[in-house]
Amino acid sequence: MHDVRSTVPKGEAFEAEAGLPRTHYLNATHGTAAWLLTKDHKRIGLLYLFAISFFFFLGGLFAMFVRLELLTPEGDLLTSEMYNTSFSMHGIIMVFFFLVPSVPAVFGNFFLPIMIGAKDVAFPKINLLSWYIAMIAGFMMLTTLLMGGVDTGWTFYPPYSTTGSSSNVVLAALSIFVMGFSSILTGLNFIVTVHTMRAPGMTWGRLPLFVWAQYATSLIMVLGTPVLAITLGLVFAERVFHFGIFDPKLGGDPILFQHLFWFYSHPAVYIMVLPGMGVISELVAAFSRKQVFGYSFVAASSLAIALVGFLVWGHHLFTSGQSAYAALVFSFLSFIVAIPSAIKVFNWTATLYRGSISLASPMLYALGFIGLFTIGGLTGLFLAALGLDLHMQDTYFVIAHFHYIMVGGTLLAYLGALHYWWPKITGRLYTEAWAKVAAITVFVGFNLTFFPQFIVGYLGMPRRYHTYVPEFQVLNVLSTAGASILAVGFILPACYLVYSLFRGGVASRNPWGAYGLEWETTSPPPTSNFLVTPIVTRPAYAYTHADVVSPYAGSTQGERDTGTEETQRV
Amino acid sequence: MSAHIVPVRVYLIIFGALLVLTVVTVAAAGVELGWLNTPVALGIAVSKATLVVLFFMHVKYSTRLVKLTAFAGFFWLAIMITLTLSDYLTRDILAAGK
Repeated sequence: MHDVRSTVPKGEAFEAEAGLPRTHYLNATHGTAAWLLTKDHKRIGLLYLFAISFFFFLGGLFAMFVRLELLTPEGDLLTSEMYNTSFSMHGIIMVFFFLVPSVPAVFGNFFLPIMIGAKDVAFPKINLLSWYIAMIAGFMMLTTLLMGGVDTGWTFYPPYSTTGSSSNVVLAALSIFVMGFSSILTGLNFIVTVHTMRAPGMTWGRLPLFVWAQYATSLIMVLGTPVLAITLGLVFAERVFHFGIFDPKLGGDPILFQHLFWFYSHPAVYIMVLPGMGVISELVAAFSRKQVFGYSFVAASSLAIALVGFLVWGHHLFTSGQSAYAALVFSFLSFIVAIPSAIKVFNWTATLYRGSISLASPMLYALGFIGLFTIGGLTGLFLAALGLDLHMQDTYFVIAHFHYIMVGGTLLAYLGALHYWWPKITGRLYTEAWAKVAAITVFVGFNLTFFPQFIVGYLGMPRRYHTYVPEFQVLNVLSTAGASILAVGFILPACYLVYSLFRGGVASRNPWGAYGLEWETTSPPPTSNFLVTPIVTRPAYAYTHADVVSPYAGSTQGERDTGTEETQRV
Repeated sequence: MSAHIVPVRVYLIIFGALLVLTVVTVAAAGVELGWLNTPVALGIAVSKATLVVLFFMHVKYSTRLVKLTAFAGFFWLAIMITLTLSDYLTRDILAAGK
């Protein structure tokens, strides 16, 4: 297969810096302690990468149990209790221990300071602390798992969670409570970093869109996560001390829990997908060789999503006893939140128009994201419509819808980011042909897994049951078959990326010929990110006509001085 | 902002004001005001919290960015309460409609 990177001409400038730099952040200091006590944002990003990869594997294992059970209409692999635990653990681990930290904690930590020309985040020690807090929460969740798990679903709805369930609700809720602090600290760190650490000339109007997206995400993390912590704290208090908050017998109201829970958890959807959108803006620009169409609109739409995303939570309560008038308001607001998302999709598409598009592996993920996120978003509008939602609430249609956003959106963006920045993170090139095979496998496997779920959900198959009527079997078999293909698509990158660490070609500073401060420093970057503080003189994505006509030609392309014109000793 | 030195006199005045408002809270609790009971109690509490935020937490002397940050926290709290009340305050109307 065609590898765009191999066509980078090895001009003199390129040859001069061929080979890994002698010292970089990976080999600057050695030993376990140097890593576990590091304050380098790049190493902390890698610590997160290892941790969330583990949780992704664990969450995937439970997804596999669920899919295998649903292969047949009868409940023959798992008991109904084990099935309840499986889908609950799948949801809890994937949402709180993979999706929420995924792009921000790994790529945000690694690249946000580099992309704004900073040496580190504003609070490096707090950054390390956030990782330790996440690990304590992860340890608590693993303990929950070893004690038999939790069976309430990831949403912990009372009264089941407070009075009914005999599973480990208290420990699981405390684990998420603790995890929230990690999220808040990361968000706080990013906000202060973007406000105070930008390099000279890196104005707000020149910030890469990835940074804008991280900033908007951080606002949601800081403003929303405390509410989740308090809500789960109230579940804890009600379960242990029998406070009458949610239990009607004690004078409480179970719907109050749903209001408080979704006040965080709906915006949390945007915590999960906004950073992914930031990644896609980077990828679309880099592989179309064009400035992102309507930069300021794409940047502002991130902030709009962060704000409007807080006004729509009631659409999770349409069938649970909420007042019809409130439902009407929330339905209307839910339609409005589609606008900023649509701005992004249309602007990415407009960026592609007449671009010099190269279908490198990260771009395959980006194109996959645009298509799948659009389907996920539009089916969200079905569910925001009050009449249709009565039919589709709690069916597999909902499952398919949010997996199109979470997997088709966030996970594809995560993989796109991993492939795009892998040469920068490791200094190594992976096998592009295998990467393309993996990207296509993920796309095919994903659609085969989740598209049938739209149909089976529309036909009436409810979520969270481990048996179903035989008429639904064909669609469920398709879905399980797709899940196995998807699993292959995830195992492949694990293989060739690890292989590239040992046998991969050495990456230049800028193997994709892309713009952005991260491509100006060495691959891998030095501990201080830049040897000299960059001075930014141009807007983000300043691709020129030359880039469009001949993206990879010319001796300066591989090593071009991208966003800056001059550098200054500090 | 942190360099701003507030005279002790200001702290004492605010302290005094908080004490007075506490007395008002207790006094108001003893007076039957009908539907005004809760709004009055909350109103006094909000004034006290405002004094603490502005003077004891130095928000009054801080940059506009800090003011904006503090405002955002309360604004989001207001979103949460208002939209949740859009459910609670209209449930009976629905029941009456039935």
